[in-house]
Amino acid sequence: MIKKHNKAKAHKFGMVIDLDKCTGCGSCMVACMSENNVPFKENETNKKDSITWMHVYRLTNGKSFPDTEICYIPRPCMHCGGKGDHGHSPCVSVCPATATDYDYTTGIVSQIYTRCFGCRYCMAACPYHARYFNWWDPIWPSGMEKTLSPDVSPRMRGVVEKCSFCFHRYQAAKDTAYFEEREDITEDEYQTACAQACPANAIVFGDLNNSEHEVYKLVKPDPYHGGRPKEPKAFRLLERLGTNPKVYYISEREWVRKAGDNYVKGKEKDHKKHNTE
Amino acid sequence: MDSALIPKEAKRCSFPVFAVGIAVAGVIVLWGVYAMGLCWLKGLNQTNMNDYYGFALWIWADLAVIAIGGGAFFTGLLKYVFGIDELKNIINLAVVIGFVCYSSALLILAIDIGQPLRGWFIFWHANVHSMLTEVAFCLSLYFSVLIIEFIPLILENRKLDKIPFFHHLSHNMHGVMAVFAATGAFLSCFHQGSLGGVAGVLYGRPFAFREGLLVWPWTFFLFTWSAAAYGPCFTLTVLKIVEKITKKKLVKDNVVYTLAKISGWMITTYLIAKIIDTVYWALVTAPSLGFNFMSFYSNNKFYGLWILFAEIVLGGIIPAAILIKKDWRENSKLLILAIVLGTLGVCINRWVMVLQVMAPPVMTFDTWALYYPSWQEVATTVLPVAYGVILISLAYRYLPVFPQEKELNAE
Repeated sequence: MIKKHNKAKAHKFGMVIDLDKCTGCGSCMVACMSENNVPFKENETNKKDSITWMHVYRLTNGKSFPDTEICYIPRPCMHCGGKGDHGHSPCVSVCPATATDYDYTTGIVSQIYTRCFGCRYCMAACPYHARYFNWWDPIWPSGMEKTLSPDVSPRMRGVVEKCSFCFHRYQAAKDTAYFEEREDITEDEYQTACAQACPANAIVFGDLNNSEHEVYKLVKPDPYHGGRPKEPKAFRLLERLGTNPKVYYISEREWVRKAGDNYVKGKEKDHKKHNTE
Repeated sequence: MDSALIPKEAKRCSFPVFAVGIAVAGVIVLWGVYAMGLCWLKGLNQTNMNDYYGFALWIWADLAVIAIGGGAFFTGLLKYVFGIDELKNIINLAVVIGFVCYSSALLILAIDIGQPLRGWFIFWHANVHSMLTEVAFCLSLYFSVLIIEFIPLILENRKLDKIPFFHHLSHNMHGVMAVFAATGAFLSCFHQGSLGGVAGVLYGRPFAFREGLLVWPWTFFLFTWSAAAYGPCFTLTVLKIVEKITKKKLVKDNVVYTLAKISGWMITTYLIAKIIDTVYWALVTAPSLGFNFMSFYSNNKFYGLWILFAEIVLGGIIPAAILIKKDWRENSKLLILAIVLGTLGVCINRWVMVLQVMAPPVMTFDTWALYYPSWQEVATTVLPVAYGVILISLAYRYLPVFPQEKELNAE
């Protein structure tokens, strides 16, 4: 038996998405829905009430042909560390019933479905629109319920849900490590469904606190600035708000990096300054 | 038919006429209750809310009725704590309005949540960091205070007052009412403030986010101040409506002018703070987060600078100017204009700080989210209005709400 398992170093799981590799195929979205028993409607025309834990946005550089460029941005929950990276994520700090919580041992923002009473304050707080409300009862076509994952509880009507970084996979990996009397899990033991499904290998997942992990090597998070990337080609969405997301993006294209945040007109240079300081 | 219940020497319309009026409002209540039932039984898919626009019309109504119901705590504070005795002639009305507003607010909250049966989780699993938790606690406690403030008035009903126990209970409750008025004011400061904090703490939403003092964003203080400032406008508006319908003068002018004057100066001081807050947010806070001031008021089909103008100028500066200038506030038409504009002004402020917050995009590649309510939302929002009409009508008919009524209407 492992007796020191509580002394394991805290993880900080995060994701790096290479936007120059992403083709916008949507495999990550499909894998996520399948893995996490995400409910869907018969008619999904209205995207603003469809549940997509992983959502792929499409953006352009705004230029006309032949200079038009397209970029697809997959957006899971950012699992924000909040201002000062103390765990006061925009959503966690506002939930009145502690139905969403910040796990300091993993850096993952959880959602406790059976405690959520559906006030939607967390949705208002999230600038990434990563939180979704169950406006309807989850109903799967006849027979399809047999394909649901037994590791993830389906959600009921009237509660909020969101990406969990496939936390059940972390639990399974930990169980295996515990059974095999290992202190910790390895990088490939805990991977999210979207990272595994991406055919272009655009999504990389791992521990941002572990310098051996690919995510760390790709962005070189600066622990003194809430994990801001030292890698110049990397950026996080809405960095200036101070949400301290754990999802990083990489792109060679400057217009893509610039699209990650807002800049007052005439002060676009703040973008470069911000990324290099 | 019900003359034994009507205050002595008070003139009221015949019971059938009264019953017809109540029935009309009752139909609207039933419509609202039906819509409310749909929301409870079928879920919030009955609304036009979505994942971008998670707060709806009735949440605005919730904040608005709490703001305009602020006349109850502020008039109580002025009467019982600051000793402005003449306000005893309007305090009953303020309490009845407060009761209507706060009971409506609690009902709206019960409709708004996705899992109504879990509503108590907000107390049981309370997150002390959440402004909404503070709202829930202070709102519930203050509603209890309002019930305590309302009970003596109910016990003064002609029939109930004949029962010695009720007579003495009412008398003794009046004796200690200053304690409850002070408690109510204290609790109101926190629930009004925390409602302001609900928006102000959203640091992921640059339109709402405000810096502040310690854990309280400036909106915390602005909401408390505006409720105290504008609440009396609504109290006076209801008074004028009741006077118009009953064709009677119910409160002496000096009482109305005193409350109007205080409201005017409160609105003036509030506006100074509000304008400073808006300018600082526009020039410092929003740009520091990468937003131009105009980015919140352009490139969409609804929100323009007109809403800022309507809130600050039409609903703020104009009523404030009328109410602080003696000649103007003593002009009956200007007074009515001021109190109606004031009531609308604070309602617009609550709309801006709750619903407009949901509209502007934050991510650069996102779009504006605009929303219009479903009929179910409209019905459940109108429900408290109809309920308020019924409760105020009942109170006016059967309770001595206006102590000066007899004197002012002596033949």
